[in-house]
Amino acid sequence: MATYQLNVNGQSKKVDVDPSTPLLWVLREELKMTGTRYGCGISACGACTVHLAGEATRSCVVPISLVGNRRVTTIEGIAQDPVGRAVQHAWVEKDVVQCGYCQSGQIMSAVALLKETPKPTDANIEESMGGNLCRCATYVRIREAIKRAVEQMT
Amino acid sequence: MRAASRSFNQADINRRSFLRTSSVAAAGLLVSLYLDLPAFANEGAQTPPPKVYPPDAFVHVRPDGKILITVNRLEFGQGVQTSLPMVLADEMDADWSQVVPELAPAADVYRDPVFGIQMVGGSGSIAHSFTQYRELGAKTRAMLVAAAADRWKVSPDQCRTENSVVYGPNGKSARYAELARDAARKPVPEKVSLKNQSEFRLIGKKIPRLDSAAKCDGSQKFGLDLDLPGMKIAVVAHPPVFGARVKSIDDKEARGMSGVKDVFEIPLVKGSGVAVVADRFWTAKQGRDSLKIDWDLSGVELADTSQLWTKYKALARTPGNVAVARGDDKALDRIPAARRIVAEYEFPYLAHTPMEPLNATVRFEGNKAEAWVPSQFQTMDQMAIAEVLGLKPEEVMFHTEYAGGGFGRRAVIDSHVPREAAMIAKRLKGTPVKLVWTREDDVRGGYYRPMHAHRVEIGIGADGMPAAWRHVIVGQSLVAGTPFAAMMIKNGVDQTTVEGTSDTSYNLTNFHVSAHNPTVNVPVLWWRSVGNTHTAFVMETLIDELATRAKMDPIAYRRKLLKPEAKKLRGALDVLDQQSAWRTSLPKGHVAGVACHECFGTAVACAVEVSIENKRPKIHRATVAVDCGLAVNPLTIESQFQGGLGFGITQLMAGGAITFKDGRVEQRNFDGYTPPYIVDAPVTIDVHIVPGTDAPTGCGEPPVPVISPAVVNALAKLTGKRYRSLPLKNV
Repeated sequence: MATYQLNVNGQSKKVDVDPSTPLLWVLREELKMTGTRYGCGISACGACTVHLAGEATRSCVVPISLVGNRRVTTIEGIAQDPVGRAVQHAWVEKDVVQCGYCQSGQIMSAVALLKETPKPTDANIEESMGGNLCRCATYVRIREAIKRAVEQMT
Repeated sequence: MRAASRSFNQADINRRSFLRTSSVAAAGLLVSLYLDLPAFANEGAQTPPPKVYPPDAFVHVRPDGKILITVNRLEFGQGVQTSLPMVLADEMDADWSQVVPELAPAADVYRDPVFGIQMVGGSGSIAHSFTQYRELGAKTRAMLVAAAADRWKVSPDQCRTENSVVYGPNGKSARYAELARDAARKPVPEKVSLKNQSEFRLIGKKIPRLDSAAKCDGSQKFGLDLDLPGMKIAVVAHPPVFGARVKSIDDKEARGMSGVKDVFEIPLVKGSGVAVVADRFWTAKQGRDSLKIDWDLSGVELADTSQLWTKYKALARTPGNVAVARGDDKALDRIPAARRIVAEYEFPYLAHTPMEPLNATVRFEGNKAEAWVPSQFQTMDQMAIAEVLGLKPEEVMFHTEYAGGGFGRRAVIDSHVPREAAMIAKRLKGTPVKLVWTREDDVRGGYYRPMHAHRVEIGIGADGMPAAWRHVIVGQSLVAGTPFAAMMIKNGVDQTTVEGTSDTSYNLTNFHVSAHNPTVNVPVLWWRSVGNTHTAFVMETLIDELATRAKMDPIAYRRKLLKPEAKKLRGALDVLDQQSAWRTSLPKGHVAGVACHECFGTAVACAVEVSIENKRPKIHRATVAVDCGLAVNPLTIESQFQGGLGFGITQLMAGGAITFKDGRVEQRNFDGYTPPYIVDAPVTIDVHIVPGTDAPTGCGEPPVPVISPAVVNALAKLTGKRYRSLPLKNV
């Protein structure tokens, strides 16, 4: 066990866990922030996507010992960001969700995309969203919602 | 009305009372519409139990005007927690902005009115509960009107309702919330008249989902998110081969881990496993992965995919148990070989892999228990937990948790996941235990869409239409040896093996269908759209091949061959035909493919625009026309079809197969078993709903079967090849 000081959604958090514990499980079980989801544990589905120093990251494969002082942003904190708010609004407006389990990760990937590329092409969308699995296959509406968020912000 | 006329069940009332009193405690002042009826009064035992179950099990009008509507089904993406409340609220004339849906716990009153158990499946959520929820709404409205009429000393006929308000003569009005207490004392009407369709305010409108916001800000809780005081997490080491048993365990390392509470063997439905219980998931998983287990494989059949294909293909060359015998079974033999098609198809095992891994939480208290399960089969799961714990089902308070998908995987007849959780909870009496199946457990854990072989021989008449059709299907039964067998196995044929072929909408003469249901040591399960996943593929690729040979337009050919009574399918094809964009002005290298299929009462016609990119089909556009009767929420229907088509693409994926070697599953996670990602799904999907006024039919299962045959029918135009073996290899 070791103690780690984390910066999550702008707040300082202290946790005492095994150094190998993935960030995902620290968020879910120590900090009780369950909006970040467990889907595969091998970074193959994107349900656990968070932003680490602004970059979309699969939290299921990042041991807590490697997080350091990098800012962690989760779905619970993404509305603090104007791009985050626009994406969430677009998601609701386009009625994207079905079961909704993967959507935290989808939104986190979409926000990272739009912060990097404010006017993405279809190819940009496919590339950035390409690792986020949705078994309900809401992909058509995800594309529409990303485009809607772009419209809202311009 | 079926639900309200069910006989009174004391256990339901007790459970219901428990729920309501809990919410009273939580909310402070709370007036239930039926506060004085037994759901509450039973606590004080002042009022005798009623003869019928009151509708307050479904509707709860609060003093703040909020209307809680209980949904008798799991919400797992299909949108039922929006669409069933719409149906009730419409008849009740409730203010939609004040409606709050709740998922029902397990109780007899929430059983599916058609299936007789509490469940989601068979595309029945709307189809089976539409009238039930309309009547519940109408009865509630009638009681509110009766209360207002009494108050104003007028006849109920002089009152009208709108947006949660009753209006009477001389400008009188009262809000539902004000009337709730009086309305609760009114008798539940035996009969009520329902609205004409022209009077609907909500039904038929594109109403946005009620769960969007919570699913977009992370606040939605799924079963896996449950957190209870003192809760422990369990992860189980399952046998490497189905049915194997633990011979010996070396758990030294696990027991040495900080946070591991216990390690012990548990019996499974078949064989045994080892449970590791810890404070946290990560610890439990580390502990589980550190176990060194010697497994006893004696007497356990080792499934092997290549051997199974050999066996299945040989079986497919012999007649099986007869499902359909129409016309002359020798007619085929009289047709010259040049006018015959012989086609052999292969379909692999498929895992459902819902995004939320399987889980169940159970707390055993000795004489009662509580369970929290994202379940499609509440009745079965509650019974299974009770059986393991030596309790009566009604002694298990069973909460339906929101599920991250399911597609059939949470509707398991043997309830193996809740059973496992109960086994562990039994040992940790008093402690809530959340059992988590890791993704590896899920991919390797069985309960797959069975593998199937089809062999079809078709004799073609001089007019290019099929003159004889002999069809043999080989695949495991989904229900043999279960309580469902009596209902679903006919003449030795599991109807889910042949559905989609035996009940084809095409007018096939000299039509013979038979099936073999071999026994294999691999647990199998219904996978969204069940038998239609493979039968529609076979039927629609062969019909397309026949149309091509006859040099006919694929839609015209299908129309010509459809039975006269296939009105829905014909209508869907007409609408698809009118939406011509999918086949006009296609870019170079793009072609269109078509398929249609009716199942679960809903007819679907689909066209796709496809090209080949990196040896894989790229689906640029899909256009679907659907006839599902009255469209209750066209927005949900559109979403179900867009998503269902995407789900159907699972079986076209290069990694869309579960395979076995020496009894072991060769895949382990999404690195080996790969469902469709955004690049694999159609770029755009246009859904056209055929206007209808007939009883609504399902939209969960019917989107799935059409997409894969439509895609390979398009590929056939590009490559000249026919694709009969799935998963689809590089083209």
